[in-house]
Amino acid sequence: MSLTADDVKKIAYLARLGIAEQDVDNYVKDLSDVLGLMTQMGELDTKGVKPMAHPLDQMQRLREDVVTENDQRRHFQSIAPQTEAGLYLVPKVID
Amino acid sequence: MHNKTLVELAAGLHSKQFSSVELTQAYLSRIQQHQALNAFITVSDELALQQAKQADEQLAAGNAGPLTGIPIAQKDIFCTLGVKTSCGSKMLDNFIAPYDAGVVERFNQAGAVMLGKLNMDEFAMGSSNETSFYGVVRNPWDTDCVPGGSSGGSAAAVAARLAPAATGTDTGGSIRQPAALCGITGLKPTYGRVSRYGMIAYASSLDQGGPMARSAADAAILLQVMAGFDPKDSTSADTAVPDYSASLNDSLQGLKIGMPKEFFSAELDGSIAATLQAAIAEYQKLGAEVIEVSMPNLNLAIPAYYVIASAECSSNLSRYDGVRFGYRCQNPEDLTDLYIRSRGEAFGAEVKRRILMGTYALSAGYYDAYYLKAQQVRRLISDDFSRAFAEVDVLLGPVTPGTAFKIGEKTGDPIQMYLSDIYTIAINLAGLPAMSIPAGFVAGKPVGLHIIGNYFSEQRLLNIAHRYQQATDWHLQVPKGFA
Repeated sequence: MSLTADDVKKIAYLARLGIAEQDVDNYVKDLSDVLGLMTQMGELDTKGVKPMAHPLDQMQRLREDVVTENDQRRHFQSIAPQTEAGLYLVPKVID
Repeated sequence: MHNKTLVELAAGLHSKQFSSVELTQAYLSRIQQHQALNAFITVSDELALQQAKQADEQLAAGNAGPLTGIPIAQKDIFCTLGVKTSCGSKMLDNFIAPYDAGVVERFNQAGAVMLGKLNMDEFAMGSSNETSFYGVVRNPWDTDCVPGGSSGGSAAAVAARLAPAATGTDTGGSIRQPAALCGITGLKPTYGRVSRYGMIAYASSLDQGGPMARSAADAAILLQVMAGFDPKDSTSADTAVPDYSASLNDSLQGLKIGMPKEFFSAELDGSIAATLQAAIAEYQKLGAEVIEVSMPNLNLAIPAYYVIASAECSSNLSRYDGVRFGYRCQNPEDLTDLYIRSRGEAFGAEVKRRILMGTYALSAGYYDAYYLKAQQVRRLISDDFSRAFAEVDVLLGPVTPGTAFKIGEKTGDPIQMYLSDIYTIAINLAGLPAMSIPAGFVAGKPVGLHIIGNYFSEQRLLNIAHRYQQATDWHLQVPKGFA
């Protein structure tokens, strides 16, 4: 299994992850190698095996629908790159 | 002072041989003296001395907790209120955590003093501490070698006596592998035993925090503080916490040890195999019976792990978007550019590889072949362990295929690096508890013995490790220049 430069660029865009043009070939090679390792799983017959998502096969715990946290907006926004009037600021999305 | 165990330190504090401020200052000056190891990302000296002063007041007033006045260090993956929590990444280089992790809160309540935050592989993705934004950590046994990873700073700091004990986290071996390479005792608890609240997520179905110390007896004291139900962690185990120190001296007469034959195959370095055989012979002297077991699906643990861990990583790390906290690029053109450049400029190469891998494995058309398949393989590996534990009490084996390797030796080849975790990752897939304890040396470098137990058997594992440490002195060896 091997990937192309276009595959890597497409995946990087899906992940909104900038990768430098000069690094693309390295990622193509490394990811193709890792994919090769992963395809080893194909040798094993797993028909009918129930997928395991949680090590203890636990169900999601539920709790009463009550307020447990106070508003800490100011505290949490104090480490944000840019805020105004309690809102997070990003570049203009709609003109 | 810096060679004392946690019990000895507590006794010294209670009998007023030394104060917590004196003890803390002694460790802070050792950290300063051995900066070249690069074990710490942040030394929180002001906070530490303030906590030590409070501890001394509590000790004088006679209302001390189990760790009151004892300095420890936290892996920089645990959020610490008001103290930089970088997770080894440029992405969080400016992140002052707005709250304490569950583990940190528990140490604070127990009265511990925090010396600082320990270096680690970026977002815990690495097996050598070489992916850290803050540079590689050096192994105190051979400073040209890596300390292992991802909890490399924790292992190096404890081995070099820069802290009496530390915390680590283990997603695929990140407590046990550096513990083995640095000659200390590390315990990865059962999944869910220790709270993940405020422990920066890498692969949520595998991540687990645990203690890193110089002995099993010390690890038991730390785990006592760390373990327990936390309503703020949705996968926290609501299971009673036993007294981990109470049964340390229990007899090992009749203990059934399983040796997975797949662990002792030709790929294992011969001198490591011989060291482990000697450790197993020691257990036979202590009354244990050794049985060979087989775990046929272990060879697929690495591919299954890298699919699952990468998939969970790509999902978890999507939160770093340059909007709410962490790194933001300069002058973004638009929102997409803001995301792409903030993430592109702040993540290192290994983190990028895993995000790309995970995004690919979860993308339309590939989900069944990779992610679903990996979860099925995970089930079969877990079943292998269940079958083994129907026959034996614990499994023994190697932690690593070799001793500490040279800095730079494996950085060019991700697959070689991934193979350093060949003996540890299956345990995370199954969610089992396991330890690494020092079992000897090969060419002057430490070798770890892997002890794997059934779910929630930490008490028994600590007992098995402690009895070995009563019979041997490998865990008491100090690297040259750090005595």
